Amino acid sequence: MAIDVFSELQPKDLLFLGEAALRTLEISLTAIGIGSVFGVVFGWMMSEGNRFITFIINAILDIFRSVPLIIQLILFDSFISIAGYPLPAFVSGTIVLSVYTAALVANVARGGVEAVPASLRKASRSLGLSYWQDLRYIVWPVGLRAVFPSWIGVALSVVKDSALVSVIGYVELLKASQILITRTQDTFVILTIAGLFYFALSYPISKASDYIERRWNQ
Amino acid sequence: MDYEFLWRPVFQSLPQLLKSALVTIEVSIISMIIGLTIGLLLFFARSSTIWLVRFFAGVWIEIARNTPALFQLFFFKFGLGAIGIIIDSYITVVMALAFNTAGYMAETFRGGFKAIPSSQLNSARSLGMTFVQSQCYVVIPQVLRAVWHPMTNQFIWVMLLTSLGMLVGLRELSGETQFLYSKTFRAFEFFAATAIIYYCIAKLMLLLFRLIAWRLFRGQ
Repeated sequence: MAIDVFSELQPKDLLFLGEAALRTLEISLTAIGIGSVFGVVFGWMMSEGNRFITFIINAILDIFRSVPLIIQLILFDSFISIAGYPLPAFVSGTIVLSVYTAALVANVARGGVEAVPASLRKASRSLGLSYWQDLRYIVWPVGLRAVFPSWIGVALSVVKDSALVSVIGYVELLKASQILITRTQDTFVILTIAGLFYFALSYPISKASDYIERRWNQ
Repeated sequence: MDYEFLWRPVFQSLPQLLKSALVTIEVSIISMIIGLTIGLLLFFARSSTIWLVRFFAGVWIEIARNTPALFQLFFFKFGLGAIGIIIDSYITVVMALAFNTAGYMAETFRGGFKAIPSSQLNSARSLGMTFVQSQCYVVIPQVLRAVWHPMTNQFIWVMLLTSLGMLVGLRELSGETQFLYSKTFRAFEFFAATAIIYYCIAKLMLLLFRLIAWRLFRGQ
């Protein structure tokens, strides 16, 4: 029999929280992956397209940056249920988070493309590289370096914002801690543990990103 | 799709929604002002000569930046509530958002202050200004300009985060919408209207900040 450190909190509850932390990671990594791909495409279209395309994409993406994520989640969730296609909370949460991520990444990617000096790109084209080769071998590595820290910042904020998916019923870390709190009434301890989990996910990555940024700037 | 959209209840309660939008704006302005002030203090505390002050500021900044805002809000509301410190929802939201903003702004200030050469502070000091004077009259006006854009973003971010108030029972725009929804069961219509109001507030705030910037920084 295991010794209970906390009055009613059992060791297996920590496992429960750990699993929930994995679910937080799962939904945020999925959203970061999908959202980044779309975000990079949108960012590329905004920086290379004509003014009209740029304006339209920017105006649409701006909506997702100007409405609280929690409202977007509730709105999407109620819309798909009145449309008659209720989705599991993971799927609808992932869709909303991915769109949100794409809206944030698009700006970062646009900054990345625009950070590549025009002379560099002209030089590469005049050396005989095709447009796509120029994108792949010149713009991508140079732009990525310029905006990698901002991209990490976006990714970390998505991990933290994924806590909001609990409002449509997905049991991620924060929701799991609320469930435990209802059972054990150990609010303070459980919230602290949940906070430590988030901190452990986010802090090392943000420090690593700072370190990489410093090294690249040297 | 056999759902009939019913917008009438939304239009009928529009005045109520707009009134709660004022609460949203009020909460965001108050949290932002407190957060900015503490953020500036945290920045200075970080380079303090006293070890404990430095440590405290560092812990504050890292916790604010590395945990979700919703977690911070729950901690202030339910965590402190559990150990007997029960705070009104309005104040809890302000506390949580100010806590969060202070952490982010401290980092932003660090970037802003780095852009000002230390020779400026030294010359101001050698002209006989005190540390506070030279900061207020020489350094901070320039820092303000450098951090204006990130500060605007942070403000919009805080405004959007006030929507978390609905989860701790604050009747700001989202909380009010939740309340009206529970009376009418028209989730989509009400939250769509709320989304539009949030969008308008965000754009208005952005415009306001541009106007202030134009007034403050013109001719520079």
